[in-house]
Amino acid sequence: EKTKKQFVDSFSSISFGRKIDEELFEDIEMILLKADVGVKATEEIIDFLREESKRRRLKDGEQLKELLKEKLYEILKECESPLNLGEERPAVILFLGINGSGKTTTVGKLAAQFVKDGKSVVLAAADTFRAAAIDQLEVWAERAKARIVKHSPGSDPAAVVYDAVNSAKSRGDDIVLIDTAGRLHTKEHLIKELQKIKRTIKKLMPDQPVETILVLDGTIGQNSINQAKIFKEATDVTGIVITKLDGTAKGGAIIPICKELKIPIKFIGVGEGIEDLQPFDAKAFVDALFD
Amino acid sequence: MFELLTEKFSNIVEKLKKAKRLDEKTIDEALKDIRRALLEADVNIDVVKQFLSDVKEKLVGQEVIKGLNAGETVIKLIYDELLNILGEEAPLNRSEKPPTVIMLVGLQGTGKTTTAGKLARWLKSKGYAVGVVSTDVRRPAAGKQLCTLAESIGVPCFFEENEKDAVKLTEKVIQKAKDAGLSHIILDTAGRLHIDQELMDELVQIKEKVNPAEILYVADAMQGQDAINTAEEFHNRLGLTGVILTKLDGDAKGGIALSVRKVLGVPIKFIGVGEKIEDFEPFHPDRIAQRILGLGDIQTLMEKM
Ligand SMILES: Nc1nc2c(ncn2[C@@H]2O[C@H](COP(=O)(O)OP(=O)(O)OP(=O)(O)O)[C@@H](O)[C@H]2O)c(=O)[nH]1
Ligand SMILES: Nc1nc2c(ncn2[C@@H]2O[C@H](COP(=O)(O)OP(=O)(O)OP(=O)(O)O)[C@@H](O)[C@H]2O)c(=O)[nH]1
Ligand SMILES: [Mg+2]
Ligand SMILES: [Mg+2]
Repeated sequence: EKTKKQFVDSFSSISFGRKIDEELFEDIEMILLKADVGVKATEEIIDFLREESKRRRLKDGEQLKELLKEKLYEILKECESPLNLGEERPAVILFLGINGSGKTTTVGKLAAQFVKDGKSVVLAAADTFRAAAIDQLEVWAERAKARIVKHSPGSDPAAVVYDAVNSAKSRGDDIVLIDTAGRLHTKEHLIKELQKIKRTIKKLMPDQPVETILVLDGTIGQNSINQAKIFKEATDVTGIVITKLDGTAKGGAIIPICKELKIPIKFIGVGEGIEDLQPFDAKAFVDALFD
Repeated sequence: MFELLTEKFSNIVEKLKKAKRLDEKTIDEALKDIRRALLEADVNIDVVKQFLSDVKEKLVGQEVIKGLNAGETVIKLIYDELLNILGEEAPLNRSEKPPTVIMLVGLQGTGKTTTAGKLARWLKSKGYAVGVVSTDVRRPAAGKQLCTLAESIGVPCFFEENEKDAVKLTEKVIQKAKDAGLSHIILDTAGRLHIDQELMDELVQIKEKVNPAEILYVADAMQGQDAINTAEEFHNRLGLTGVILTKLDGDAKGGIALSVRKVLGVPIKFIGVGEKIEDFEPFHPDRIAQRILGLGDIQTLMEKM
């Protein structure tokens, strides 16, 4: 019973309209931990707040809140960055991430945005593993009015990618979006498969940068940090999309990821619909942490 | 083992080394390490607070266990308490009159459809006549996904592409499955947010149509602090009978197991340990407890006793 009551008013229960004292620092610590910012980054942020509020001689809780927001914004602003589509055509964007994080849906949403901008878009169905993964992407291709390149289930994903990029090159398409199978960062043979896909693209387009987008589920806690670290090392991740921020999870794990790994954050997913993808906005993200 | 302990539990190991009995001050130091370990495992912070104040009461005044030092004693007692909360492996409920309907619910992408296939395979291997039904009218190719899995293990699958109303679809497919004379029917539902009232209402309606013996909450073991709010809302609306944790084949600690057990009290019944249909096991509390604490081989500690 007692535990239960505490859950209900987690964020709103904290009032900043009081004097800065130890209790307020503890409350802020709670906000950060509950938002999945994690122990280490939270400690660092709290330490900063203590020192800086002393230095600036802050007295009022609201001032401390503003200082915290300022700090978080400063961290996340560095990770704001648009897509890098390179000079040549097609631009190639590779999506990867753990199982169920929202890769296929994000590919569909982004394809729709590009098509709306008048671009010709090709989807590569490189998840040949999961049941009905190709059918799922086909529905999204239809919705977005994009062309899809697919092979049969169980075939080599790198071969699908080869065909997609190659055909886009010869037909003069603008963008290739590659949907890959979900994989855990801990599974080496699956990481190798991703590396093979990247090599395939590089062979066809040696000078074209490949936007390599890690799709992170915003409801995931501290494991996101490991995911980002390991995927980045193995595949040179160039951007992040955080999904499922339409729920009540705050996605705060992105703060240590941005702080330490400095991977640009490109978009956030805010629903299952075709329009539910927004450019990452550091300020709006920080504001949402305090909702 | 000791290296691991020293690194992870420096307060415990340093400050408690020589104590003979556990006094309040040293315990407080030790619990700092435990708190950190639990938070890094994504145990909900409110649960962590509650848990630590409960264990503290039990720890104060405890004698050091023979063969262990004070720090090790604390870890051992906390490990036991975790086991206690996580509970025993629980069998599946069955309806008095067959078929037994097992309904799977949860957030988007946690692994419901895959788990429906895994559970069907598991029950089939126990000799039951199992079928699966999809009530997911939302996710592209959801029915196809379930039926592809069903086909791979040779169990019947019921879905109707053209029915776009989830509740009507439920009525149709459940009737067909019942007519097939099965002992168990596993019902897959579309993923949804706990704050989406319309879709939560839909689940309640589906539940009323099928009168399930089990409503299992399929939760991703990697979920963060918010996991418990979500699970609680599903529980409040539906009355969950159990939990299945997925994606434990990764390196997530699975702190959600402790959170749901402590707050909802419903048993964890199975775990998913891979993408393949055979990657599925009954729940073992000891392995999760070790994972949450981050003790690769607490076994060594046990053997010392
Ligand atoms: N609420 C919400 N749901 C989302 C969002 N993005 C994706 N989803 C849902 O999450 C589930 C999984 O999405 P997918 O796109 O299939 O995920 P994936 O990463 O391709 O999954 P795998 O290919 O199986 O690894 C689906 O039910 C999506 O509708 C989002 O931003 N918000
Ligand atoms: N590694 C791993 N992957 C899993 C496990 N269980 C499910 N998955 C994967 O997680 C992803 C999502 O699984 P689904 O079964 O589609 O999830 P869902 O809950 O039905 O998704 P929605 O219907 O969109 O809400 C797929 O890629 C599955 O293969 C598991 O135990 N381990
Ligand atoms: Mg996918
Ligand atoms: Mg599903």
